[in-house]
Amino acid sequence: MTLAAWGQLALFIALVLLTTKPLGAFMHRVFETDRRPLPRVLGPLERFLFRLSGVDPSQEQTWVRYTGSLLIFSLFSLLVTYAILRLQHLLPLNPQKFGAVDPALAFNTSASFTTNTNWQAYTGEATMSYLSQMAGLAWHNFISAAAGIAVAIALARGLTRRRPPDAPRTLGNFWADVIRSTVYVLLPLSLVFGLVLVSQGVIQNLSAYREVTTVEGAKQVVALGPVASQEAIKELGTNGGGFFNVNSAHPFENPSPFTNLVELWLIFAIPAGLTYTYGRMARDSRQGWAILAAMAVLFLGGALVAHWAEAKPNQGLASLVLDHRAGNMEGKEVRFGTAASALFATVTTDASCGAVNSMHDSFNPLGGLVPLVNIQLGEVIFGGVGAGLYGMLIFVVLSVFIAGLMVGRTPEYLGKKIESREMKLAMLYVLIFPLIILGFTAWASVTQWGTSSLNNAGPHGLSEILYAFTSGTGNNGSAFAGLNANTPWYTTLLGLAMLTGRFLMIIPALGIAGSMVGKKVVPPGPGTFPTNGPLFTFLLVSVVLIVGALTFFPALSLGPIVEHFAGLAGKVY
Amino acid sequence: MRKELVIALRVTAVTLVLTGLVYPLVTTGLAQVLFPWRADGSFVKDERGRVVGSELLGQGFATPSYFHPRPSAAGKDGWDATSSSGTNLGPTSKKLRDSASDALRKLAAENPDAREPVPVELVTSSGSGLDPHLSPPAALWQVPRVARARRVSEERVRALVESLTERRDLLVLGEPRVNVLTLNLALDRQFGAPRPGGPSATRGP
Repeated sequence: MTLAAWGQLALFIALVLLTTKPLGAFMHRVFETDRRPLPRVLGPLERFLFRLSGVDPSQEQTWVRYTGSLLIFSLFSLLVTYAILRLQHLLPLNPQKFGAVDPALAFNTSASFTTNTNWQAYTGEATMSYLSQMAGLAWHNFISAAAGIAVAIALARGLTRRRPPDAPRTLGNFWADVIRSTVYVLLPLSLVFGLVLVSQGVIQNLSAYREVTTVEGAKQVVALGPVASQEAIKELGTNGGGFFNVNSAHPFENPSPFTNLVELWLIFAIPAGLTYTYGRMARDSRQGWAILAAMAVLFLGGALVAHWAEAKPNQGLASLVLDHRAGNMEGKEVRFGTAASALFATVTTDASCGAVNSMHDSFNPLGGLVPLVNIQLGEVIFGGVGAGLYGMLIFVVLSVFIAGLMVGRTPEYLGKKIESREMKLAMLYVLIFPLIILGFTAWASVTQWGTSSLNNAGPHGLSEILYAFTSGTGNNGSAFAGLNANTPWYTTLLGLAMLTGRFLMIIPALGIAGSMVGKKVVPPGPGTFPTNGPLFTFLLVSVVLIVGALTFFPALSLGPIVEHFAGLAGKVY
Repeated sequence: MRKELVIALRVTAVTLVLTGLVYPLVTTGLAQVLFPWRADGSFVKDERGRVVGSELLGQGFATPSYFHPRPSAAGKDGWDATSSSGTNLGPTSKKLRDSASDALRKLAAENPDAREPVPVELVTSSGSGLDPHLSPPAALWQVPRVARARRVSEERVRALVESLTERRDLLVLGEPRVNVLTLNLALDRQFGAPRPGGPSATRGP
């Protein structure tokens, strides 16, 4: 690793850590107090939206009602986006006169954006009108992120609230949480950073595509559009759906190494901040820092492996007489090079973002293994906005349970006993994920519809399928993009994988919140396992790694691992 | 239950208008006022005042007197700015190795005076297919060809490349780079535009 690459990594980590506490404290004020920030500006907007939508923020909901609201909201927003995509040829802001999006692709795309996946089976600049991009897609970037934050806050309330036994077992008001996330957190930050991105060259206009005659006299049509507004929330909400086909590798989405750093920070900012918010809610900020430390360790491991693998020559080209000093540059941009590309790939898959600034499909086998494993660990390494925290809290419950087994004592967390109902829900959460990924991958890899979409043969082909279903189920949205996912089979099955991967995992998470919220709090005794120190961080990291490794290692060894050794032997397919 | 459905409908509508319409339109307005050139795509002109493309997007160059960009996988023939794409070929792909070998042969034929091994950037496609940059080694490697085609000394061309090389942002971010379009426009400004159909320095087939 060069000195500059270390410097880049250090600068990024420093930025994230520096903003964790202020942003976390800010969100704590938004969700848990009545002293909300910027009361003069945002207070009236918040109250106006509550009045328009008929929401009474003081009316708290039980976990069943809370989940119900989330499901209805998701269903409605999915249908609206589906309608916008199907009708875009009749709607305004369509200067390129794109036709309606076909039904399977429209279903896939609306499922994808509703679930915060933002998988792109379409080519943005050749399919979507500006209205579809803004109102159909970027709208979901806000509300799916807001819903994710709401679920995390609700689970945190369930774990940390101390109520008398006869108090109602409520978790807050879903609508209020969604509106407040949007008004106080997502909207102001997006507006500011959207303009920062424009100042560096990210475009923001509503013009028709422009044709120019190049220096050598060729015609080049340049796709334009309202990109920066979508770019900012795409990273901040860990959505990842690019305006353009190649996402943040496109110079109009990510023109310089500086914008790259801004985008990287936007991806981790809220997930990191939420760990501090959680610590505040638990009345012990070290509870939050212990979780953040576990995330940081896992992040650093992935970032170093990915960089190490990509700084080496592309395995398939290593035998050619070339100056290989730049590393594996296939699918990477010169302005980023291997260091900023490997870092971006790690960050985008740690968080469930899925934006890419280089083509993961062309990474060296072990470089491509890192993003794949990151998603398969459940995207709890910082993770999606909200989704990362609630995912990690499930692993926390699991770790506490395992620690309890080791000392032979009923496990407790933050003074609340963890019992069989919570464990069953946690196991459901952990098992649904691999079941969908491995089930669909196995099916696709033995069928004609599955393999005819492949861009690469040999073990890399299996990696493409595995990555697609991992990314879909994990609600990530990045891809080994050679796979042609725009076929009826893939759009439909990936759409289902995304929906189940989101909602079948949110339901158990909120179920745990619902059963924990009413539990009696017992003061910590000598046998209590402390969950706010390095020992717990170590245990948490181990549990995440072991669960992930046991589940996915067999599949990974048939894909990237075998490809690594085949590539070392100089084999091509 | 019905009340809940009504709230869901209203929140759907309210957020749609606020974040799907008001927010992008306000951003567009502010961007157009504050940074109009950037917001519109950073289009640049040549010395005759003709708009020749966006500074941020790569475009094809094939004549010997210009610096050539990396291979592009955008669209059928490359450099299609309505169809951004990488090759997405994996490291054990035979197609990838074959296309790099072909590119290597072509580069050797076009650059008989080049002295060092070809930098790997010149035989690999970028992620976007619209990469506007070359690494400094990949630009310097082409200097002998460009200088010969323009009948100027290599030192002067080399000096131009070095003067247009951008360093890492904030000293550590990304990689050093040269913008190909900016560089080629500067070549024309300094040494005059090449005459169409003029003598070619290519010796190869």
